[in-house]
Amino acid sequence: MADLTLTGVAKSYGEVDVLRDINLEIKAGELIVFVGPSGCGKSTLLRMIAGLERITGGDLTIDGVRVNDMPPAQRGIAMVFQSYALYPHMTVRQNMEFALKIAKKSRAEIDAAVNKAAEILQLTPYLDRLPKALSGGQRQRVAIGRAIVRDPKVYLFDEPLSNLDAALRVATRIEIAQLKEAMPDRTMIYVTHDQVEAMTLASRIVVLANKGIAQVGTPLELYERPQNEFVAQFIGSPQMNLLPGRVVETGDVTTVKLADGGTARSTVPTRPEDMGLVVNIGVRPEDLTRTEGQGLFTGKVEIVEALGEVTLLYFGAEPGAPHVIAKLPGIHADLRRAKVTLTAAPEKVHLFHAGQSLLYR
Amino acid sequence: MEQLMLAGGTILTGVFACVAWFWGANFVLDTLYPPRGPNIGRNILRANMIRPWLFIGPAILFLGVYLVYPVFKSTLMSFQDSDAKAFVGFANYNWLLSDAKFRESIFNNLMWLLVVPAASTFFGLIAAQITDRIKWGNFAKSMIFMPMAISFVGAGVIWKFVYDYRAEGQEQIGLLNAIWVSLGNSPETWLTVPFWNNFFLMIVLIWIQTGFAMVILSAALRGIPEETIEAAILDGANPWQLFFRIKVPQIWGTIAVVWTTITITVLKVFDIVFVMTNGEWGTQVLANMMYNWMFRGAPDYGRGSAIALVIMALVTPIMIWNIRNARKEMA
Repeated sequence: MADLTLTGVAKSYGEVDVLRDINLEIKAGELIVFVGPSGCGKSTLLRMIAGLERITGGDLTIDGVRVNDMPPAQRGIAMVFQSYALYPHMTVRQNMEFALKIAKKSRAEIDAAVNKAAEILQLTPYLDRLPKALSGGQRQRVAIGRAIVRDPKVYLFDEPLSNLDAALRVATRIEIAQLKEAMPDRTMIYVTHDQVEAMTLASRIVVLANKGIAQVGTPLELYERPQNEFVAQFIGSPQMNLLPGRVVETGDVTTVKLADGGTARSTVPTRPEDMGLVVNIGVRPEDLTRTEGQGLFTGKVEIVEALGEVTLLYFGAEPGAPHVIAKLPGIHADLRRAKVTLTAAPEKVHLFHAGQSLLYR
Repeated sequence: MEQLMLAGGTILTGVFACVAWFWGANFVLDTLYPPRGPNIGRNILRANMIRPWLFIGPAILFLGVYLVYPVFKSTLMSFQDSDAKAFVGFANYNWLLSDAKFRESIFNNLMWLLVVPAASTFFGLIAAQITDRIKWGNFAKSMIFMPMAISFVGAGVIWKFVYDYRAEGQEQIGLLNAIWVSLGNSPETWLTVPFWNNFFLMIVLIWIQTGFAMVILSAALRGIPEETIEAAILDGANPWQLFFRIKVPQIWGTIAVVWTTITITVLKVFDIVFVMTNGEWGTQVLANMMYNWMFRGAPDYGRGSAIALVIMALVTPIMIWNIRNARKEMA
């Protein structure tokens, strides 16, 4: 039941700016995911919300109350750390009840909260064990349990799955999704560099880059309508292909003559004065299809990765040629070294000028 | 100057002898079993079986001569008369049990044991925590650690001056009496105050050992994962709870090692008592008592050895426990 607002929030260490002018409104019950490349400040931003890092500019409010200078424990938040951060000298039960004991809750209240959380997380048989006697997945569940017992208004997750192996990561991700579903009114903020986690968990994703927010939107908004080249390439795997070209026909459908010789048509509208504009077209590997006729790209396949349901084709190993990746459905192991022409439906072709999408000007 | 030359020469000779031994022995071994030729495999295996013994040989030899042999010799002597000639059975031990000075020493040693390790570890822990948080912490740390560099004898002399007594009316050169007199009291001979003089001696060792405890515990405190502390902050722990319920429990192993290490030092305490009171005025301790019987006046090797064995019997279990703990810490 907590709305968060960040107004012009900034962080600097002395002269060095880490984050600048972050403006964000988070509504109660949302699951917001911060993604971005390493060092983009996503964890720092989370830690500022938690109160572990000082906010050096702007305002952070929780439920309308400015909390910049409020101690972490009073902000009504709980945090799950990447390294679990369990107290190694305490049993699972002691770990989970520590916050409640500090808050001087009654024994009955504490036991009820711990038992309930343990049940939700299937930790009941392990309550009297020390963390070192648990597996990685169980430890992370204890860390989540420690957050649940406090019944915070806002849950903060700092890359909670990074230390788990691949299979466990999927299972725990689903558990977190179920947890969120069971608590529809609790706000969650989740930091990850894994875009699958971001796409599957988020109600909205915040992409951070260059010390600021690159784009905020639902997962599909970011996938279908990226505002800039950074988001376009950051969301989706393999990343979106970018090819330079020049606008040769404007209107509701734009035609771009590519530097490489191909021609691309896009449903992104352009104005007459855009004629001759230097742009990058963006097209996702999965939106490229083979064609026998005129295409937007022709090249020799250098590497074929047949994954079964799809085949990845890599072009452009020789110097000067554009690096293009195509993802074709089915198995095409025979395409190695073959000359292939690719095209894409006009509604799948993005246009970027100076890094920004022409759709949003 | 002459002494400096002698010391320098000894160091040089020692280092040269060590290098010569390790290099030479290794060379001889490789000549006897060359790692080449038709028997290369067998030669390498044999050389590798002998090599460790060559390298630890000197250490084993010196430990044997200066440590193991004395233990056996002392054990033997503790059952012999004052000249180490005739066997007297348990006479020396029986004498110990009835000797008032021995009981005083045991009692004093127990007091040292209760007070010094506890106080040193406690102050060391507090110093470690505080110096980690303040700007001039490193300077404070080196100041607190400094006494570790002073020999116990030197420390004893320094503190003897602190407790020094001058007759009333004269200028007090002892720090404690100077303060005491300036507060309007008459000067005291601190080191003769019954019972409490023991504590005046203990302060010297605490002063020395706090630095040791601080350095080890400071490293341990820094080894605590930062996230557990942050998690506790989010859980609402105040600095006090953070320290005693999150940090201290996580370094219990190290605290135990520091505690027991100081305990062993305390059991062997000799120099401080020797220099400051020589065990007079009710401050006798086992090690000093042993020294007195063994080497002073008309020596009694039997009784001296018996006291030495009592000290060893007290130290050994703590040492074993200490080593076990230290190993556990490393694992």
